Amino acid sequence: MSKELEFLSRHVALGKLSRRDFLGRAAALGVAAPFANSLLSSVAFGQEPVKGGTLKAGLQGGEATNSLDPASFLSQVPFSFGKCWGDYLVRLNRDGSLQNRLAEEIGASDDAMTWTMKIKQGVEFHNGKTVTAEDVAATIERHADENSKSGALGILKNITGVKASGNEVIVTLASADADFPYLMADYHLIIQPNGGKDNPTEGISAGPYKVTINEPGVRQGGEKFANYWGGDDMGHADQIEIIVINDATARTSALQGGQVQMINRVEPKIVELIKRVPGVTIQNVSGRGHYVFIMHCNTAPFDNNDLRLALKYAMNREEMLDKILFGYGSVGNDFPINAAYPLFTELEQRTYDPDKAKFHFKKSGHDGPVLLRTSDVAFTGAVDAAQLYQQSCAAAGITIEVKREPGDGYWSEVWNKQPFSTSYWGGRSTQDQMYTTAYYSKADWNDTRFFNEKFDQMLLAARSELDEAKRKQMYADMGMLVRDEGGLILPMFNDFIDASGAKAGGFNPHPAGEMMDGYALAECWLSA
Amino acid sequence: MGGSPILRMISQRIALGGGLLLAVSALIFAGTQILPGDVAQSILGQSATPESLANLREELGLNQPAIVRYFVWLGGVMTGDLGTALTTRQDIATTLLPRLWNTLFLAFWAAIVSVPLAILLGLLAVRYRNGPIDKAISGFALASTSLPEFFIGYLLIFFFAVKMQWFPSISTVYDGMPFLEKLRAIVLPATVLVLVVLAHMMRMTRAAILNVMQSAYIETAELKGLGALDIIRKHAFPNAIAPIVNVVMLNLAFLVVGVVVVEVIFVYPGMGQYLVDHVAKRDVPVVQAVGLIFAAVYISLNIIADIAAILANPRLRHPK
Repeated sequence: MSKELEFLSRHVALGKLSRRDFLGRAAALGVAAPFANSLLSSVAFGQEPVKGGTLKAGLQGGEATNSLDPASFLSQVPFSFGKCWGDYLVRLNRDGSLQNRLAEEIGASDDAMTWTMKIKQGVEFHNGKTVTAEDVAATIERHADENSKSGALGILKNITGVKASGNEVIVTLASADADFPYLMADYHLIIQPNGGKDNPTEGISAGPYKVTINEPGVRQGGEKFANYWGGDDMGHADQIEIIVINDATARTSALQGGQVQMINRVEPKIVELIKRVPGVTIQNVSGRGHYVFIMHCNTAPFDNNDLRLALKYAMNREEMLDKILFGYGSVGNDFPINAAYPLFTELEQRTYDPDKAKFHFKKSGHDGPVLLRTSDVAFTGAVDAAQLYQQSCAAAGITIEVKREPGDGYWSEVWNKQPFSTSYWGGRSTQDQMYTTAYYSKADWNDTRFFNEKFDQMLLAARSELDEAKRKQMYADMGMLVRDEGGLILPMFNDFIDASGAKAGGFNPHPAGEMMDGYALAECWLSA
Repeated sequence: MGGSPILRMISQRIALGGGLLLAVSALIFAGTQILPGDVAQSILGQSATPESLANLREELGLNQPAIVRYFVWLGGVMTGDLGTALTTRQDIATTLLPRLWNTLFLAFWAAIVSVPLAILLGLLAVRYRNGPIDKAISGFALASTSLPEFFIGYLLIFFFAVKMQWFPSISTVYDGMPFLEKLRAIVLPATVLVLVVLAHMMRMTRAAILNVMQSAYIETAELKGLGALDIIRKHAFPNAIAPIVNVVMLNLAFLVVGVVVVEVIFVYPGMGQYLVDHVAKRDVPVVQAVGLIFAAVYISLNIIADIAAILANPRLRHPK
């Protein structure tokens, strides 16, 4: 039997068989999915996980002000460290589907208003307590509380009630949401004893590592949790450690010197240089994060769709991608969704067209320069990008006046306040979340002031539509509306660029986030 | 009786220092008030909504007038309570102390190497003044001072950490780290600091002693037949101590308060990085606490320099 499985998994490695088919046949052979999965990864990549040792990562995005309270997570280090010690109900797979973690089974009522999640039995917290449905319910309750200040509050607003019953958690929603299980994969929603209501910062959950070192902004680490429920699916190293290295040069030299085995945020402009270092591998994957130029659709002169179209046609996306991201990204198409999302439909690509830009600019009747505000905190290279845009607009006869704003206070004084500025979006796990967060007319962060009744109706309809083909079409139509009538100019999606050293085994980038969606330390191993 | 004039003078200096510190505290407080944005805005970042901002401001007591907050804060500091960090809700004193200790650890070893070395080099430069040794010492010291710290830091990392791998490129020290390993970890950052402060102290030593060497009593000593080094050691150096101590103290203060760049490059968990993190988050109580500690270090080192100068100089000791 194992011969046959091995044969099949080599087929997957060669691309002759899809992962899904493989798992299907494995099930037919009587092999449980988790085991088949681990077999697949070990054979497909020709590597067997090595146990033991201390695996270290040097990461940007940690501050002395970080706390272990998952509700407060904002930057990269808490995000990655949380995935080492914390465990979730579900997690995202690389193909956009969901994998159950502490949830055993998730089911919806026909109207997608009531969701029932069966909780896995026999899972132990680091403090020895058993994970119960009450703990899960309390976790959701805490993050959904108006006063929680949780980073997940925004996506949980739809919840009206949470209750535990036996080994099930039942969540009721104010309006239907076919994507509800995806929300549970949010990185803030670490399941804690009593939901963290007693002591949110104690760092106790059911992940593969338990917290042993917590020096915020310096280093954080953990040791293998002996009673980890997931067996060998992750947690190969005995200890893991994150060293906070905010300086890009220090990060790369630490990787070169072998003090850490992996780093995040390699700057696009040095990728080619890093590639030449022996033993170092660049790990990049196209993600959902995107760089944007945003116009307020309700503020003059941007309240004129011809002017907006003119400014969209005047964007040279290829050049932006080439000069700002050095090719480490993909061109955007003025709507915030790309192939990294489930149910994505490709729309006709908008290209740089100075003539069309000139035409629409003339038609808009606007005269004089257009003021664009920018700052380097908007995204790396935002000021350069604004200047490039100024040039490509000039070729279409449009004068852009670039105003460089101070980085301090950019998010409070400029973004979402001024009518035309540069910004960045990290992306969300589903199309519904992305649109609900920033394009729904009632959204707090509707940073393009996009008030479109038709769009709102479609958004709500798609959310309760359980037929996937219909939803896909609705999302395509919504994308079209944003692309042609919205205030968003989206030149490019950026890649996540990490790098791993010779000793980091099993690194396999994940489109949902950097460092293998945060799981790099938990899923990689220290090869001999 | 009021004690001897020296004691009176010393206590006067200390009292002056205290007053100065009080003035600085007011300045620090005012400075933190005029930073753009506020702590609530920074905690919530891009994700802030008006309601969550209002909630958080209320909770953090940011709605009280600044003057009230200043005196509440000052009262706390006087009683040894630095307050709680707004962002992490942790007691500032307990999180800050290990950082302060790390900063002092690095500064101490940099000073242990650089101060004797600078003075020795200064003495040698005087002994062989205008000769090739003097020129070589001055040339090297001035060159190392002229290069920016980050450049020296990256050079050292490139050669000693990446190429030869003698020392680690990141100097993360932690509690319970074996002492020798700790020393090994700080070799590179300490070297950078030594190179940065060396020239100033060396040049000052050289100039101060040379100045004294013009005096008549040095000529007498020469005529007595004393050797050149003996003259410098016995007659010139003691009379040049005051300016040397001054510049040494200035550099020590720099080693404590001015090493943010070096900390960032070598990922050293000192006060500088701690301060920068909290400034970025507008965690005002922490910024104020760190600012106050920096000011205290600066002022007390200057008082020490003052007092040393007084003790070394009979004319200052017995003012008319």
